[in-house]
This record gives sequence, C-alpha cells and structure tokens, in this order.
Amino acid sequence: MGKRIGIEVSLAIAEAAKMANTDVVAAYPITPQTHIVEHLAELVASGEMNAEYIPVESEHSAMSACLGSAVVGARTFTATAGQGLELMHEVLYVASAMRLPIIMAVANRALSSPLNVWGDQSDMMAVRDTGWIQIICENGQEAFDLTVCAFRIGEDRRVLLPVMIHADGFYLTHVVEPIEFPKQEEVDRFLPPNQFPLPLDPDKPVTMGAFTPPVMYTEAKKAQEVNLRASKKIILEHWAEFGKAFGRHYHPIEQYRTEGAKTLLLTLGSFGETAMTAVDKLRSEGKEVGLLKLRLWRPFPFEEVRQAVGNAETLIVLDRALSTGGPGGPVFSEIRSALYSEKKRPRIVGFVAGLGGRDITVAEFEKMVKRSSELAKTGGEQEFEMFGVRE
Amino acid sequence: MENYGVYAARLAPEIDGLAPGHRACIGCGEALAVRLACKAMGENVIVSNATGCMEIISSQFPTTSWDIPWIHTLFENTAAVASGVESGLKIMAKKGIRPDKGTKVVAMAGDGGTSDIGLQALSGALERWHDLLYICFDNEAYMNTGIQRSSATPMGASTTTSPAGKQSIGQKTWKKNMPAIAVAHEIPYVATASPSYPFDMMEKIKKGLAVDGPAYVHVFSVCPTGWRSAPDLSVRLGRLAVQTGVFPLYEVENGKYKLSMDMSPLRPLQDYLKLQGRFRHLSEGTIKQIQDRVISDYEKLKQKCACGYV
Repeated sequence: MGKRIGIEVSLAIAEAAKMANTDVVAAYPITPQTHIVEHLAELVASGEMNAEYIPVESEHSAMSACLGSAVVGARTFTATAGQGLELMHEVLYVASAMRLPIIMAVANRALSSPLNVWGDQSDMMAVRDTGWIQIICENGQEAFDLTVCAFRIGEDRRVLLPVMIHADGFYLTHVVEPIEFPKQEEVDRFLPPNQFPLPLDPDKPVTMGAFTPPVMYTEAKKAQEVNLRASKKIILEHWAEFGKAFGRHYHPIEQYRTEGAKTLLLTLGSFGETAMTAVDKLRSEGKEVGLLKLRLWRPFPFEEVRQAVGNAETLIVLDRALSTGGPGGPVFSEIRSALYSEKKRPRIVGFVAGLGGRDITVAEFEKMVKRSSELAKTGGEQEFEMFGVRE
Repeated sequence: MENYGVYAARLAPEIDGLAPGHRACIGCGEALAVRLACKAMGENVIVSNATGCMEIISSQFPTTSWDIPWIHTLFENTAAVASGVESGLKIMAKKGIRPDKGTKVVAMAGDGGTSDIGLQALSGALERWHDLLYICFDNEAYMNTGIQRSSATPMGASTTTSPAGKQSIGQKTWKKNMPAIAVAHEIPYVATASPSYPFDMMEKIKKGLAVDGPAYVHVFSVCPTGWRSAPDLSVRLGRLAVQTGVFPLYEVENGKYKLSMDMSPLRPLQDYLKLQGRFRHLSEGTIKQIQDRVISDYEKLKQKCACGYV
C-alpha cells in the first residue's frame, strides 16, 4: 500500500492522471477546474510527468485536441467546468460516437446567466445525452480512485468510450482531504497501457468520421446505444478488480443506512456527505430514513436503482440542477421514469436545491424529509419544489 | 506557358491520397487542388479535415476516397484536432510507445472553416507552434451548403446570402486577407497557391511540410457551381485570377515576402470577371472600384516583397 496524505482534491485528481501515465493533456482554464490543470502543468514542467500539455485557446479546442491525440493512440486527459463543458458540447458527441477513450474531470459548476462560478450540477445534466460514461464522486478518495479506474474502463477494448468524472466545484474540488495514494507500481499493475485498436497510422490508413446518410445514421446510433448500455457490466468488473487490488469498493448506487428505511433520500456527489449526517441524526431520533447516492449516471443503472429503492414508501430526490419548465429536476425525472413500471413503487418527491453554490445544511435535509411527507400526503407524485428559495 | 501548364501536370507523382471516383461537381477546382496537395504530401501523413465540400464528396459511409489516414470531426476545430494529433505523435515517440516515423500532420479546411468559424482554433494552433501544415482551400463562399457568403467572398460577388439586387451589389465587403493573418502569427512559412500552377503549388505544400513549426498555405479553388462559370474553364480562371492580380502567388518565409511570379503589367480585371455569373450584375463603376483596389493591393504586395521584411 502507498501512503495517506492530506491534499486538495483537485491536486489528487491531477495526481491520478499523472499516475495513470497520461500522454496528452489539452485544457483551458476555468474556475473551479483551474487547480487540476495548473497542477498538471506544474507536473509536466517539473518533469515529474512525461506528457504533452497543450494550452489550448478554448474548451472547444481542448476537447478537439483530445480527439486528435486519442485517435493516434495517446492516453488523453482533460478537465473543465460549467461554461467550458457547454462550449465543448458538440465535440463531446464526436468523442463518444468515434469511440475515443478520453478521460475528463468535471468540476461541476452552475451555468450563466447570471454568471456564477460556484458549484451545482447544471453542467453535468446539460451533457447527459452526449454518450459519455458519467461517474460521480462524493469525496476526494473517490475522485482519485475513480479517475484511475476511468482510464481502465474507457480504454477497455469492449468499451472504448470517453469517461467523465464529476466532482462538485469548490465543495469537493477545493477541499483538503486525507487521501490514500497507491504506489506507482500498484497503479501500473492495475492499469494496462492504452492500446487503441485503430489509431491513425500511415502504415494502415483508415478514414475516421465519414459522414452518414439517413440510411445508416440510425444504425450507427443504435450501435452506440448498445455499446454504452453494455459498458455497465464492464464498469462493474473493473470496479470489482479495483476493490480487490486496493480494498475500496464502488457501486452504481451506494447505500447508507437503508435497512428498513421507509423514507429514502437520493443525492449525487459531495452533498451525500452532509446527507449522511442528517440521516444519522434522524435515525437517532427513531426515524426510518436512509440514503442512496447515485454514482453511475451513464449508463443509467436501472436495475440497481430499483433494487436499492426496495420497499421504501417515500423517495426524496435532490437535484442540483433545474430542468426549466420541465418535469422537475433531471435526476428526479429519470428516477421516476425508472420506477414507473414497478408494481410497488414509492411516492417520489423532488427537490431542486443547492444551485449556484448555495449550501444545503443538515437542518435543511431534515426539513426536506419533513416537507416530503406533507407533499406526499397532499400533492401526489407530480410534486417537485425549488427548496429554500428566499421569498 | 499555356501549353506547358497543360502537359506538365502529368509529370506529377502518381500516388493519389485522394482516389478518383469522389463526388465533386464537374470542374471542381478544389478537388483538383486537394489531389495535387496529396501528391505533394506523399503517404507519410495524417490529415485532419474540416466539415465542408471536401469531406462530403470524399467520405460517404461506408465508402472513402482517402488512401491516407484521415479524420473529420467538426467544422471549426480542424486545426485543434491536428494539434492533438501532432502532440500525441510527439509524446508517444518520446516515450517510445509508438515509433517515430516522421509522419507529417496536415489540417485542411475551406474558406469558411478557416477565415470564419475556424479562425480561433487556427490562430491557437499557429500560436502554439505545432509542427503542422494548414491548407485553406478557398472557393470564396460556403459552397457545400449552397453558396452562402463568407468573409473570403470577394467584393461584388452575388451569393445566396449576399444576393445582388436593386439595393445591393452583392457582397459589400472586401475579401478578408487570411494569409496576412497567418503571417501576423510570425510562423516560418505562409504561401498562396493555385492548382492552375500545379508545380508551384506542390512545391509550396512540400515546403510547408518541411519547415519546423506551423505553416499555412492558402489555395485558390475555383468553384464552377458557386461562381457560375463553365466547368471547363476552372484551370483558366485560376490562371486569370493570378494574371489579373486578383489572387497573386507569393510566399512569406520567416516574415520575408517573395512574389512567386510577377504578373505586371496586370491583365484587365474584366478578363477574369466576365467568365463568372456571380459578377454579371456589376456596373462599370463597381468594376472600376474593384479594379483600383486590385491594383493597389498588388502594388502593396510588391512593396512588401521589395523591402524584404514587413
């Protein structure tokens, strides 16, 4: 085993990319992602990391340069946040459809306007359908571990997909946590070299990115859909291997004190930590409350979500993004859809909170639990609320 | 000279990166230009191609005209993709992951993909000093989408979004000087070229590939469909553009301007305009105005060449 050190989570993510022996980093600075790429630039400048750092002129070019380096077979990493992820938007679809295993850390941030550099998950939700594998971290250790795993998952010949690692901006990226770092040789053992099967090479010329008329486009998209769905099994396989090697185990949906819970909270990312404290408090008061933490956002773990919900009577879904004018928060909407066909399903209540960096405290989680029982009684299942809005 | 030009092209290398049988329009000057560029580039090359005519005519899935490794992703990012390819090859060679075969990296785009939507990515790639050659195939409008004006469309040309009418002469702005923008990045090599002068063009492509660092070659690409000219006149129109001074051929090596061929005294502009439907509506006054600008631009260029450095 390696050593446990106190380090800022952004730096730990950069260290993960370094220990993964990344070849190319193409990145554009944006708050709150900056500490990740600054650290990578430092590692390259000091010679600790043998990589090319391409200081591109925009996020659109960052992801485009990643396409280029990945397509010649280089191990490729980038990081962005909020507006940057949005500027990359059209390139994200190309990365997944071309099956290029690019690994990207996203320091989740709110979207303008009004300008807000603080954390929420609007950026993550806006790129929901781009065909990337999307994995959400709750703490620094997870951010490190899951970044290392992401390379092994994405580059697996059965997968060959880009992977996004989501870490809440500031709330997670800027905190210092004790993180256990494995030894380099342990990472090397876990992570085989990248062997992209069809790199651009004059010795074996291939055409990448041919245009596709209506007669073939649907089939191309179907192939992508089958591929992304099938990746879940392989993701679980690699997480299990990681667990064996390093003793930390990851699942598509993590459960906390869900045994016998009548009410379940469901969160994504760093707010799970606060929610755990709230659940402990409520449990100590004799309330049967548990917590679900969604880790795998794409491919969506339908089966695991259904199993995790079990016999709960009320399910509270917390979204840190708003589907404006739509059915409530995006996660709320998807969870409800995933459970719709179940014979026995809980009443589902959605809250949108924690937008643009606003904190959600333990007391507010408690209030949500209380409010959900009122809503469940009166409003039925269509209810969602923006929580904590100042009147 | 006329006859030499016709037969000399047959002396070009036989290899074809862009295979015959693609779907370009009859008389496409750009397809000819790309083919010549590929001959000059040889086989040890990776091409990043922007969305545009050349991508559409050559790559309908599951067919391809490309006999060299080729990638198309989006419209505005071809220079960025090429910079990723170049960086990837460089580091992998350094780390010993992939052998260094001296593979060259080429980015290709049309005038819209270069001087409009792709300008930022191009500027970034040039400024970062990637060792790549960027070739702009300039047919002076968005031809692939149906002849809409770009910033490279010349003054007075009628396009579908700069149509000539009672209140309009067509394009109301002067053509953006894209090579000058490339020169402003102080890169080692910038050139203008035309497939109507095939050996000059192939030499320039080779030079652009050979220099250490970024190079930019701006290639005049006659478009019979968009310019409403006879398909059999494409090569002649390319020559006329040079002979009238509309598109002078020159190189800028390490900041030093050099005319590839001095066409003074310039032929009258009308010799070039009258063969194209896109200029048919122009009044004598407008033609005079454009003629004056062509002459003054040509004189300015000659001054730059005379003084050596900008």
